[in-house]
Amino acid sequence: MQSTRKCWSRAELDPRLSACGLRLVVKAVMMDVKKLAKVAGGGGQAAPQIQKQINLPWPDAFRISLRSVLLRLGRAGIAATGIVLGVAFLTYVWSDRIFSDGVEKARLAQEQTLAAAAESVRKPAAAPEAEQGAPDQPVAPDASQSTKAEKDARQLWLVVMSLLVCGIGITNAMLMSVTERFQEIGTMKCLGALDAFIVRLFLIESVVIGVLGSAAGIIIGILFVLLYYGIKEGFSVTAKVDWGSLVMVMLYGLVIGTVLALLSAIPPAIRAAQMPPAAALRSEI
Amino acid sequence: MAKYVCPSCGEKIETTGIVTVCPKCNADMAGVMEQSARALRQKAAELIKDDSVTTHEYIVRTRGLKRSYIMGEEEVQALRGIDLDVRRGEYLSIMGPSGSGKSTLFNLIGGLDKPTAGSCYINETDMAQLSAHELAWQRCRTIGYIFQTFNLIPVMTALENVTLPMIFAGMGSDEMLERGRMLLDLVGLGGRLNHKPQELSGGQQQRVAVARSLANSPAIVLADEPTGNLDLQTGKEIIELLKELNVESGVTIISATHDLKMIDVSDRIVHIRDGQVERIEKREEIDLEIGTMGGQP
Ligand SMILES: Nc1ncnc2c1ncn2[C@@H]1O[C@H](COP(=O)(O)OP(=O)(O)OP(=O)(O)O)[C@@H](O)[C@H]1O
Ligand SMILES: [Mg+2]
Repeated sequence: MQSTRKCWSRAELDPRLSACGLRLVVKAVMMDVKKLAKVAGGGGQAAPQIQKQINLPWPDAFRISLRSVLLRLGRAGIAATGIVLGVAFLTYVWSDRIFSDGVEKARLAQEQTLAAAAESVRKPAAAPEAEQGAPDQPVAPDASQSTKAEKDARQLWLVVMSLLVCGIGITNAMLMSVTERFQEIGTMKCLGALDAFIVRLFLIESVVIGVLGSAAGIIIGILFVLLYYGIKEGFSVTAKVDWGSLVMVMLYGLVIGTVLALLSAIPPAIRAAQMPPAAALRSEI
Repeated sequence: MAKYVCPSCGEKIETTGIVTVCPKCNADMAGVMEQSARALRQKAAELIKDDSVTTHEYIVRTRGLKRSYIMGEEEVQALRGIDLDVRRGEYLSIMGPSGSGKSTLFNLIGGLDKPTAGSCYINETDMAQLSAHELAWQRCRTIGYIFQTFNLIPVMTALENVTLPMIFAGMGSDEMLERGRMLLDLVGLGGRLNHKPQELSGGQQQRVAVARSLANSPAIVLADEPTGNLDLQTGKEIIELLKELNVESGVTIISATHDLKMIDVSDRIVHIRDGQVERIEKREEIDLEIGTMGGQP
């Protein structure tokens, strides 16, 4: 808690800090773009310069970060909880609509076939009755549509708010993880890591957490919807659902969760990278 | 842990120390010991010879090095102007009471911190002139660090810890693994490549740290109280290891220490007090002192 506040206030007090931090993130990504460009455009000439180059290839960075997440599942779990809950909620809300649409559609289709059957049965007798029923139908969907739009807006608001809270949760958990690892970060710097490497490691870590957390969130969200509609409407409901849009919802959940994790990790990653190595080494002694 | 085979009965002996006779058949082991020591030396020299092109006499020079910390209103002067020349291949110990500024000096020489005033030259380049990239390059390739608290990366195995600086230096992965294995073998941990730091004893962790500090064949190894967290015997082993590396490969070792055992192996000892050099002793002088003391009735 405290560390979050400290970081934010530091960033607020000193605009240079945040500007510099953002530059770091850009650098972390651009370094490889530049190197690629260099190699593409006459790598031979750049050779003497590259000789003094320190680098951390993406596969190695990925391996290190993945290891770091998997071996510290407790800490990663705390960071991921926010994402899991947020994405579960989002998936629940969106797939709820798909399910209810599916159920509605199925009911309408059933009604229509029933009506058609009924009509064919009492065609000669009850012609005026059918006319009476007809005007009713447009009125009901209209009313439900307006309440539906309102409900959608409220749900969107809820989803956005919950995602925001999740993001802050991740930022906080990652800041804690940075504080815990001051010494490790300082050591890496002593071994020749550039600030950009540290940013890269933390961002990859966060993306891994984001992907795992979102996946868990999606599964939980879908399970909840399935249970809810399964109990309410019977489990045959799965046949009536538009699985194409459900898959899209899952994809959205994954992307949103991952991007959110990535964005929330930027302040902690910057904080980690900007630490002078001497300070980092002192802090645990 | 080294393995020896008795020449007469073929008994396998594992020990960290010295074996003079075979425990089984009492055969003389001196020849075997000498041979293995020679092999170790040769390997060390091959692995970590200082191959930098420039050969200035002084590898580290500091001029009027000052560092002060602002604590609220107060200014704490940790270093008050240090002039120090360190010769290539020297084993230098920095001694002084707690709070005298040893770690501060260590950080400045290692490029981990910036001086308030004065300058520090490594291979005659002013550290203050280096860009962030060049500084990282220097930390990675020219200097190896050893810390009191070992500072291994806890989620990585011994081998991964040793190869991490090689990744930064852009070494190919096969070469890297090969070299990492050889270095760990050199410090006597050939059988513990895949152990995590928490699965190793303090002394073993420090050996991994020594191997890591040698990863990119540095010209200088900086050690800040490398034996501070170790018991007497283990500390002695680490000191001997450092000395061996210093003698065989010509790497310059600068070590901040409280540890009097370090005196035996140091070429020079710099005593600092309150951020200033109090006196510098040469080993010959100390030997002389001990000699006269021993000679007195
Ligand atoms: N980051 C810091 N902020 C404020 N003061 C500091 C900082 N680092 C060191 N000092 C001060 O500088 C002085 C020298 O500290 P230093 O750590 O270099 O001592 P040392 O000789 O290494 O001691 P020890 O043997 O206990 O490790 C001390 O008075 C200490 O309080
Ligand atoms: Mg100290």
